[in-house]
Amino acid sequence: MSQYMLIMRGTDETNAAMMANVDELMAATRLFIEELAKAGVYVAAEGLDDPGQGVVVHFGDEAPVVTDGPYGETKELFGGFFLLDVASKQEAVEWAKRVPAAPGSKIEIRRVPGEDEVPQDSGKFVKEGTLRESSGRI
Amino acid sequence: MGPADVEAVWRIESARIVAALTRFTGDFGLAEDAAQEAVAEALVSWPLSSPTSPAGWLMATARRRAIDAIRRRTALQDRYALLAADPVVDDDIDPDRIDDDILALMFVSCHPVLSPEARVALTLRVVGGLSTEQIARAFLVTVPTVQARITRAKKTIAAAGVPFELPPAGERRERLGGVLSVVYVIFTEGSTATSGDRLLSPGLAYEAIRLARTLAALQPDEPEVHGLLALCELTAARFPARTDPDGSPILLTDQDRRRWDFSAVRRGLAALAIASVRGLGPYGLQAAIAAAHASAPSVEETDWDRIVVLYEALGRVAPSPVVELNRAVAVAMASGPAQALAIVDELIASDRLPGSHLVPTVRGELLARLGRRPEARAELELAARLCTNQRERSVLLRKATALS
Repeated sequence: MSQYMLIMRGTDETNAAMMANVDELMAATRLFIEELAKAGVYVAAEGLDDPGQGVVVHFGDEAPVVTDGPYGETKELFGGFFLLDVASKQEAVEWAKRVPAAPGSKIEIRRVPGEDEVPQDSGKFVKEGTLRESSGRI
Repeated sequence: MGPADVEAVWRIESARIVAALTRFTGDFGLAEDAAQEAVAEALVSWPLSSPTSPAGWLMATARRRAIDAIRRRTALQDRYALLAADPVVDDDIDPDRIDDDILALMFVSCHPVLSPEARVALTLRVVGGLSTEQIARAFLVTVPTVQARITRAKKTIAAAGVPFELPPAGERRERLGGVLSVVYVIFTEGSTATSGDRLLSPGLAYEAIRLARTLAALQPDEPEVHGLLALCELTAARFPARTDPDGSPILLTDQDRRRWDFSAVRRGLAALAIASVRGLGPYGLQAAIAAAHASAPSVEETDWDRIVVLYEALGRVAPSPVVELNRAVAVAMASGPAQALAIVDELIASDRLPGSHLVPTVRGELLARLGRRPEARAELELAARLCTNQRERSVLLRKATALS
């Protein structure tokens, strides 16, 4: 068992198609999340706002540079995610096939390594542990 | 599609298919057999050609197998009954009906006429969608043993005439308690294997959490369902810190708390908040105790007074010698080992936990803290002799040796 993130990747065209039927999509997504919860696999899900409203911070050798909107040249846009706790990668794939998504869009499936797989001094571990030590609480 | 894909679809669909077929045929055993035949067929035919809708394929095939079985049975009994028994194929699945049917399936699988082992095996196979092989591996028993348990369970359900329905309102609470205890048994087997050389069986604990989440989604108004889910999440949160790299257990005192799974802690605390709305029951109280540990940065900074109060409350709603023993441990932390030893000695005097390695384990620890080393050593050696988990046993022996 592991957690998997289902990353929604759309394009300008699929986003436009989705927005045209936004009520329908929202209703279908709500039902899908209920189904995930009843199967005991739901952990979290979020959808992101219009990429045109976003901001990008670019890192170089100097101070970070901030620009408006998505990365201009990028064809695929990260639109939201589902986080599932499933028995196998195949099960994550099966759930991904059932996500209400616009034709032309894609879902990328990535595993979230468990706490016991994270080396002692890596990012997540230090972040959580240090935060907890300094605040004395969760 | 390979076997792993078939397994994945089955994990998602099993409860729904068995529930729908039981509703459709009125026969739980027949429904379960038909569903298993469908999976067996999928394992043969999907690698050759993948169906467009795997879930629909499984449901349709299982339904066909169920109809075949009814026809065979009817042909034997009464040819005229064939028409009457020819089922109306209803393709519209009402989501509310399906939810109730899955709940009914859990109530049937955890029915009090079944032996505790049968309840566990049936729940994991029918509701959880695990194969007989997976269940056998998780419990370190043979495949024929699990098969026999399931076959016998289906016969018992048929013989007892257990109806496929939600228990009547008057029995509902008690029967739900039965379902929760099956989920909890699966979880505890996963969190402390009773035998063998592994301490944790995380796969089994995961199955229990998954079942608890399903119950919480289907019975959102039952506080104890959320209490059980909270207890499982908060306990599982400690798994990454509970064993060292060679698999030996690390006691709560010595755990590196930074290794706890804080996402699981947050999920557990959220479930506990829901459970707390109308006062905590036995699972909720145990979850509150786990939450007190989860919210403490160290053993010293743990609110032991609160834990003692929670154990006292737990002892009133669900009296048990194990709770009493745990209360003794908490009292030792809150008020010192001498008071705790009095509680343990009372437990021994009333002989309420005969043969358990836990009593001498705790007594040995308390005696060690009181400086009574030879007695402490004898208790820990006794505990090691009584302990059936090899990992725990070697820790006890190490402690005993350190006292000499």
